[in-house]
Amino acid sequence: MGLDLGPVWLTLRLAAVAVVLLLLVGTPLAWWLAHTRSRAKPLIEAITALPLVLPPTVLGFYLLVLFAPGAPLGAAWLGLTGETLTFSFSGLVLASMLYSLPFVVQPLQGAFEAVGRGPLEAAAVLGARPLDAFFTVASPLAARGYLTAAVLGFAHTLGEFGVVLMVGGNIPGRTRVISIAIYEQVETLNFAAAHVLSAGLLAFSFAVLVLVYSLNRRFPVHAA
Amino acid sequence: MRLAIALTVRRPGFTLEIDETLELAGITAVMGASGSGKSTLLRALAGLDTPQRARITLDGALLADSAAGVNLPPHRRGIGYVFQDARLFTHRRVLGNLLFALQRARPANGGRSPPAFDEVVVALDLAPLLDRRPAGLSGGERQRVAIARALLANPRLLLLDEPLSALDLKRKAELLPYIRALPGRFGIPLIYVSHAVEEVAQLADEVLILAAGRVTARGEAHAVLERPEAEAVSGHFEAGALLRVSVLRHIPDYALTELDLAGQRLTLPHIDAAPGTPVRLRVRARDVAIALENIEGTSIRNQLAARVLTIDAEPAGAYAEALLELAGAPTQRLRARITRESVERLRLRPGQPVCALIKAVSFDRRELGERHG
Repeated sequence: MGLDLGPVWLTLRLAAVAVVLLLLVGTPLAWWLAHTRSRAKPLIEAITALPLVLPPTVLGFYLLVLFAPGAPLGAAWLGLTGETLTFSFSGLVLASMLYSLPFVVQPLQGAFEAVGRGPLEAAAVLGARPLDAFFTVASPLAARGYLTAAVLGFAHTLGEFGVVLMVGGNIPGRTRVISIAIYEQVETLNFAAAHVLSAGLLAFSFAVLVLVYSLNRRFPVHAA
Repeated sequence: MRLAIALTVRRPGFTLEIDETLELAGITAVMGASGSGKSTLLRALAGLDTPQRARITLDGALLADSAAGVNLPPHRRGIGYVFQDARLFTHRRVLGNLLFALQRARPANGGRSPPAFDEVVVALDLAPLLDRRPAGLSGGERQRVAIARALLANPRLLLLDEPLSALDLKRKAELLPYIRALPGRFGIPLIYVSHAVEEVAQLADEVLILAAGRVTARGEAHAVLERPEAEAVSGHFEAGALLRVSVLRHIPDYALTELDLAGQRLTLPHIDAAPGTPVRLRVRARDVAIALENIEGTSIRNQLAARVLTIDAEPAGAYAEALLELAGAPTQRLRARITRESVERLRLRPGQPVCALIKAVSFDRRELGERHG
């Protein structure tokens, strides 16, 4: 039996791309949530947390509707890139970003809240512009939040199944990720291959979490 | 340096309303009980909070004008701020904290060029600390770093928000001389917020007293600190008066120093200052007793000729307070806290010559302050 490593590389690539994009999008959102006094905050927080409670199939179903070439988003994407969002890698990235959003935004928001306004005010009275203070003071102080966000977002995207199944299907090299591959091996009663992939995912996830927790111990939160 | 402040800050249950023009030179203290609005005032000056109404100018430069929609953000005001909790950047070492300010120093701020890095490090004794992490510093060391960091950003004016309040007495005493030396050494005026009358007595040239969001007294330190508004801040227990004296000679055999007060002599535990140095001495009312004439055969060394100005007795309480004017120095006053019974027994009344008794040990070294300016 030759083991197809295609799904493994595809999954890693998907998780990496989704996490990098999520950190970029999630940072301003988390920053806003951490510092706003707006009344809309609970509403935005609830929307951000929805993927935590929704069955992935529900999320996947709505995304499938949105991504369809006939829908505005799907049509716009098709017009821009010449590629459909459904059953494509780009679609999977977008879906994964939504699916893993709370796992990135919540640790970042918590980290920014823990840093608080104090260090930012200190930077401002020393002449630092807000963006300067963000990059040189708030971000380094929130480094652990970034690490947690990146690892959780990555690990959560690795284990994605329902959303992918709905939006991406099972196209080798494009949308067949590890979890789908495992499902297929089990369906075809190929338990040996399912074991290899499952054990690999289990070991990898465990190793990542051990790494995070030991990093947390080595770099304790800088007490003021 | 002229600082014109007109501002109103309204919060539930509290209103700060200030309309003052201050001529800043040396150290201006803003004194008030907690909740009187001191920090609110300071934060509004620095641009950290936006008051409902504000018009603030510093030497003619407009920092905020709510009517015209002007409100410079803190990083453009050129005003330094030392926080109560130092707020050092914990992800950088001490040197990194100083470099953060140095890299953002205003090249010319109201005609001031930035102070030399080495001079700031020497002035605040930071050389041994440069490689340390903020988390490992003592409270006093942190504040020294915070002050140095603020200076290196080259502000025109430095605001200090109760920088000593988190420190114990010994550390406070260690830090005070550093703060006192700043205006002279770096040519920068300070606004120093505190609720501790001892600190203000040692540091301030001018004092502004805040109570419930309003200025209740302002003027030269020695004059304001004798006023009832100052006592309202410090409380009866710490109430006292400020004497301006100068060092006469040291008596090394007994570790004492003799001081001159308009021809009268005072002796107290050794002060580290050369003869001729002017010194401020805060004497608490509770450390002063009154006798009708000089007493022989007592351990009390300091007996000053004085005259009763006023006597203020608590109607039904045990205590009375006498305000005394020292012989030969009518602007130098002492306050004595004695029992109401003593007032009647000695038949004390205004105009009466008396002898003020002060125990030599009651001059705490911590309460010595050199005068500047």
